[in-house]
Amino acid sequence: MNFEAKIPGGPIAQKWERRRREVRLVNPANRRKYRILVVGSGLAGASAAASLAEMGYQVACFTFHDSPRRAHSIAAQGGINAAKNYANDGDSVDRLFYDTIKGGDFRAREANVYRLAELSVNIIDQCVAQGVPFAREYSGLLAVRSFGGVQVSRTFYARGQTGQQLLLGAYQALERQVGLGRLRMFPWTEMLDLVLIDGKARGIVARDLRTGRVRSFAGEAVVLATGGYGNVFYLSTNARKSNATAVVRAYRRGAAFANPCFTQVHPTCIPHTGTYQSKLTLMSESLRNDGRMWVPKAKGDKRDPRDIPENERDYYLERKYPSFGNLSPRDLASRAAKQVCDEGRGVGPTGLGVYLDFADAIQRLGVEVIRDRYGNLFEMYEDITGENPYERPMRVYPAVHYTMGGLWVDYDLMTTIPGLYALGEANFADQGANRLGASALMQGLADGYFILPTTIGDYLAGSKFAPVDESHPAFGDIEREVAARLAALMSARGTKTVDAFHRELGRIMWDDCGMSRNERGLVRALDAIRKLREEFSRDVNVPGSDTSLNMSLEKAGRVLDFFELAELMCHDALERRESCGAHFREESQTEGGEAKRDDANYCHVANWEYRGEGQPPLLHEEPLVFETIQPTVRSYA
Amino acid sequence: MKLVLNVWRQSAPDAPGSFVRYEPSSLDPDMSFLEMLDVLNEELVERGEAPIAFDHDCREGICGSCGVMINGFAHGPFGGVATCQVYLRDFRDGDTLWVEPFRATAFPVLKDLVVDRGALDRIIAAGGFIGVSTGGAPEANTLPVPKREADLAMDSAACIGCGACVAACPNASASLFTAAKIDHLSRLPQGQPERPSRVLTMVEQMDREGFGNCTWHGECQAACPKRISIDTITRMHGDYLRAKRQ
Repeated sequence: MNFEAKIPGGPIAQKWERRRREVRLVNPANRRKYRILVVGSGLAGASAAASLAEMGYQVACFTFHDSPRRAHSIAAQGGINAAKNYANDGDSVDRLFYDTIKGGDFRAREANVYRLAELSVNIIDQCVAQGVPFAREYSGLLAVRSFGGVQVSRTFYARGQTGQQLLLGAYQALERQVGLGRLRMFPWTEMLDLVLIDGKARGIVARDLRTGRVRSFAGEAVVLATGGYGNVFYLSTNARKSNATAVVRAYRRGAAFANPCFTQVHPTCIPHTGTYQSKLTLMSESLRNDGRMWVPKAKGDKRDPRDIPENERDYYLERKYPSFGNLSPRDLASRAAKQVCDEGRGVGPTGLGVYLDFADAIQRLGVEVIRDRYGNLFEMYEDITGENPYERPMRVYPAVHYTMGGLWVDYDLMTTIPGLYALGEANFADQGANRLGASALMQGLADGYFILPTTIGDYLAGSKFAPVDESHPAFGDIEREVAARLAALMSARGTKTVDAFHRELGRIMWDDCGMSRNERGLVRALDAIRKLREEFSRDVNVPGSDTSLNMSLEKAGRVLDFFELAELMCHDALERRESCGAHFREESQTEGGEAKRDDANYCHVANWEYRGEGQPPLLHEEPLVFETIQPTVRSYA
Repeated sequence: MKLVLNVWRQSAPDAPGSFVRYEPSSLDPDMSFLEMLDVLNEELVERGEAPIAFDHDCREGICGSCGVMINGFAHGPFGGVATCQVYLRDFRDGDTLWVEPFRATAFPVLKDLVVDRGALDRIIAAGGFIGVSTGGAPEANTLPVPKREADLAMDSAACIGCGACVAACPNASASLFTAAKIDHLSRLPQGQPERPSRVLTMVEQMDREGFGNCTWHGECQAACPKRISIDTITRMHGDYLRAKRQ
């Protein structure tokens, strides 16, 4: 496998410009001869599909939802980072670059992250031009706020619905191209496999969820913008249908998977309640601008939080990380919450909760200011818990939220399969071992609006393509494989529901490959997953037929692919015997219980190659080279 | 807690449908309405029956995927929430609930409680955008937007495209959906150049899809999970008349 990242030479600030100068171009009149298949319609997919169609390529975009606007980017709350320095607080492209590399615990590529920081400013310009209603000051200029792991205010936002507004901007751009007849949109269509011809990605096999019809789509390039795999854990902040099928299918066809064990646990989610619970709801990181996190100093203190005097409270983030305080990065804040709960100081009925308290902010700023900043989040919290956060502190607990790992891509965002690209959360590229808040939206849009439209031309212009359409035998072969897989799921007719298996898988992963990992637990998890997977193929019960809308069948296929990925995550976590970012190996910690990185042995991207059913995957290491920033112990104290 | 459910079951778009009665066991007042359907579906599968098809995804009221009629109200009788934000504690123990799909000519039923709302995407494709292509945008702070206008634009932009306004309207009109997008864009300076053409093409598409007209019942506003105001419809009508005259 070729892991040449193709990072341009020269000083870091000129690499992207140099790449733009060097890429081969496709002349505008020739672009309509190339068919590009974009899978996924979230921030990365919709922005890429719209931009490529605007340029004149023949674009088809696929989503399993009923509409492209449903993609899970819609749920992002807090904001999007950009190095505009509108707050005049010392921000710059360099500083955003540094914060993101450090936030990722020195496990991301410098060149990619620098480019992301550079493009951040163009994203805001683009979105404002599209009419995204960002929050504004009374002057009419754009407002900004702060987020975790940084000391400047560079986060742009649209109330607590930033993801929604950015996605609607991209969605509207996409629909504009649909209206102009330059882009074909395929809703209710789920990619179930990738088709390679002569070693190049030449199409996909997809299923129309309404009719069950399996059909092929041919093209000259395939773009996967299918999001992350947090739902491996069953309970996460991801939407219920978010899944990893497209990336797992690509992995099985030869795309390497990078750093699968890097999964982000978000510190502030509404705590788990009953076994019937279907998902966990995030409370935006922006709340930590004004909310203070605390637990009682005494174990098992069951008093009403309002009756606990100030000197009996432990504001543990302010104590442990005084210079970043409540805005410490997510990985540290999550681990700190787990630690105080493990000590028996957690709050709420299960003891798995900490307080996020606005009493001081309300006293200082008044209730109206707080309502203006966070009103919709407070309402959401009250809807779910029945408690009023204006009157008593919120109870929150960490939950799986984002996956930094993903398909390996080079600087051009191409995977190890020629012609197959991965964008946004589906790739591994920019977030290292821990993503900072408000950086996912930035990455999705940088990839889709600016990077891919520039780099894809290089591949198209530089390749010879045999004329291929859906009648090529390679499509028929894969269609038959897909049909056989669906038939196997339908024919088991066992006794357990798909959700029962998924819940069990989630429990295994949360216990042994969650916030804290060790060798014994990971070995145990691998064994348990293998057994559960065997039981699944024997005993799963998928009712109904495969020729009409059948949500149990859809889910069964997704869970089957989660098994594959869960094993891969455990292999990766086992192999990385250091702690870094969100990956905490108990064997590698300081005396104070902080993560201990091991740059001598693990300063690399761990890339996994699929080697066939039942075979352990093969590890390839891509060393990370730091030319601009010297990796240091990551301190927020 | 106990509830009696009468759920619309329809196996395919052309098949006849009917209500089927269910009495799900082990309900908890802290369960959401959709979690109740999850639990019921698991029971149905274990009994060898077909689960109830319903659309859903984010389960936090933002993606707009979910939406059913509960006792004749789109997203239930509580106002200001999507179906996924309805909790069983909002009902009384022993209540009987009638659960149906959103009904409109332009929203054909696909199965059980799932309808096809693709018509709403086509209304957006007809003009619900600002026609800038990627790349040529000016510096973001070049055009100041008064905070009040930006806030009002955001109020309208909050639409989640769930279609509750259509389902609630006796005329099955998509006026609130269409007007919300027109209002969002027409309040911003960036949205001015296309303002006249936008309202004409979007309204024309709305008619073509088979949605009815607005006769001012106000049901849409009452059902809207984002509480979007029917004032937006007034503004759409104003824009429409001005554009027609030009």
